Amino acid sequence: MNSIEVNKLTKKFGSFTAVDEISFNVRQGEIFGFLGANGAGKSTAIRMLCGILEPSAGDAMVGGFSVMNQPDKVKTQIGYMSQKFSLYNDLTVEENINFYGGVYGLYNNKLAERKRWVLKVAYLEGKQKLLTASLPGGIKQRLALAIAVIHEPKIVFLDEPTGGVDPISRRNFWDLINELSQSGVTVFVTTHYLDEAEFCNTITLINAGRIIAGGSSKELKTKYLSNTILEVECSRVIDALDILSKEKWVEETSIFGNYIHVSVKDESEGRKQVNKVLALDNSINIKRIDKIVPTLEDVFIYLLEKDTKKNAD
Amino acid sequence: MLTRIKAVAKKEVRQLKRDKRMLYVLFIFPIILLVLFGYAINFDVHHIKMVVYDQDKSFDSRNFINTLTSSDYFDLVGYINDESKIRNILDTKAAQCVIVFPRDMSKKFYSNQNVSIQVLIDGVDANTASLINSYMTLAVASYSQKIQSEILAVEGQKAYIPIDIHPSFWFNPELVSTFFLVPGLIVMILIITAVVSISLSIVREKERGTVEQLNVSPLTSLEMLVGKTIPYVVISLIIAVFILVAGYILFGITIKGSIILLFFSMLLFLFASLNLGIIVSSIADTQQVAFQLSTLVSMLPSMLLSGFVFPIESMPKAIQVITNITPAKFFMIILRDIMLKGVGLGAFWHQIVYLVIFSLILLLLSAIINKRARTA
Repeated sequence: MNSIEVNKLTKKFGSFTAVDEISFNVRQGEIFGFLGANGAGKSTAIRMLCGILEPSAGDAMVGGFSVMNQPDKVKTQIGYMSQKFSLYNDLTVEENINFYGGVYGLYNNKLAERKRWVLKVAYLEGKQKLLTASLPGGIKQRLALAIAVIHEPKIVFLDEPTGGVDPISRRNFWDLINELSQSGVTVFVTTHYLDEAEFCNTITLINAGRIIAGGSSKELKTKYLSNTILEVECSRVIDALDILSKEKWVEETSIFGNYIHVSVKDESEGRKQVNKVLALDNSINIKRIDKIVPTLEDVFIYLLEKDTKKNAD
Repeated sequence: MLTRIKAVAKKEVRQLKRDKRMLYVLFIFPIILLVLFGYAINFDVHHIKMVVYDQDKSFDSRNFINTLTSSDYFDLVGYINDESKIRNILDTKAAQCVIVFPRDMSKKFYSNQNVSIQVLIDGVDANTASLINSYMTLAVASYSQKIQSEILAVEGQKAYIPIDIHPSFWFNPELVSTFFLVPGLIVMILIITAVVSISLSIVREKERGTVEQLNVSPLTSLEMLVGKTIPYVVISLIIAVFILVAGYILFGITIKGSIILLFFSMLLFLFASLNLGIIVSSIADTQQVAFQLSTLVSMLPSMLLSGFVFPIESMPKAIQVITNITPAKFFMIILRDIMLKGVGLGAFWHQIVYLVIFSLILLLLSAIINKRARTA
């Protein structure tokens, strides 16, 4: 069962097309990762799916309602949390819960029950009188997410929820996301962190307003990247990168820390060629060449560069 | 819907309670304005400083000076004996006017000759100068009438004055300008606090990004605005009561008309002002801009164009049309009618209609701006 069905959703701002006929489905209860560079159209797409921005064309069904025709109904079905901290710093934890609870129409027993749940999830039991401004970043983030689902929505949108949060808090936060997903909530999340994308059941990559790839993390790594990736450690990294990127047999080069990733068609042929152009022709000292399992980052860089080239042509 | 409005109103009150700065602005600002306008801005001219250059030194000249100084309009600050000092006195503002009695004034009185008294007035402040002039003219006229009747009496005749004026000022018999100013002050303070507080409160949500969270919630913009306005309407009403009480204690101003009518029309006026604040908030993106813009649209027109200080009737026709841009104009008339004249709805119902029309136009405008925001 799909909880989100997007069909040729388009948004134009004047002559600029921010989102260009995107279509995809999100299954009930899955964690759906929506990835793309800044300005790729992620936020515009999310705002349309949440019913706060009217699409120029196309439509999407979110929780069974059309974002084009029933945006107000959509809003009752979803929870939303963004990278911008959305709680009121000048209110206490409890006042924030009361306010958002009230906004979602909770009162009396129901509100009290959900308040207990939020406090538990955010590790804030017994601390509800604290001013929100005084909480540490990771706790604030958990509180914001718990409050975003205070009304127990079936779908929750998280727009770069872990921006500016330390790694341990990020991990804790993802535990919470997993819990939500296990209880049947559909989680639609955008992120910049590719290690986080690995946690998603399905990943969709958007570039220049169009979807360029989709699937599970494993599918993406095998389906889109049939080439072998060689990791080269050598001296004069910058020169080596420059030389390799000019070679015809090299599909793609990118730099990862002090290493160069070289994408080639065939492993043994590739090793030979790298040795030849670097060590023999240019006397660059090669420490090692290893075949590596491509990371999502390799896949995305490959896909993005391919798409950008295609758009330029 | 009620749960949501209540949640917003409660939240707003709690935030306000923690925002000490805003509370000071809301409650101290009116007091400062009231004291400033009540005491400092006073169009009544009293205690005019006067210097006398008495060349006559007669009974009559002294007598005339006495009649002037016996009222509290003129204060005698000194005598001079030299014409050359006049300039210095007016230059240094030691006095606002100098009276010069000619050498042979008394003698001329009794030999049926005309006498000219010279009065030199500091004309820098044109308003005060013309008041001094008219006080002086009146004083001279009544004094010369008195002399005339004395002289005629000596000759066994009775003085005859063909036309005499007996002016009688209604509604404000003593022509105290604070009576005229305090209702205007209430209007001005209310519009400023209403526009500033609501626009800041909305723009703060924009600035901090919390508005995004509210946008994706089922909270409609109408519910949010109603929830936000309720606390500020209550606060504005409290401030209004506060000024009315202060006006009574400090200046003895009472409400002659119906208090219910006063608060009813005040609610309408607050509604119009809050709408103005909502429009400001949809244009401004930061609290700083919102504050400047809202003081600009509330303070300036309510001070200059509402008839608060400058009567609208004496403005050029084009400007008279422009005065309709502020709801303060309509409420100013209503409030003065109720407070000073004590008249009922029959006298100012059309102002109420204008207020309603004004609010509806603003509501429509903000709905259009809101609509645009959803498609862009």
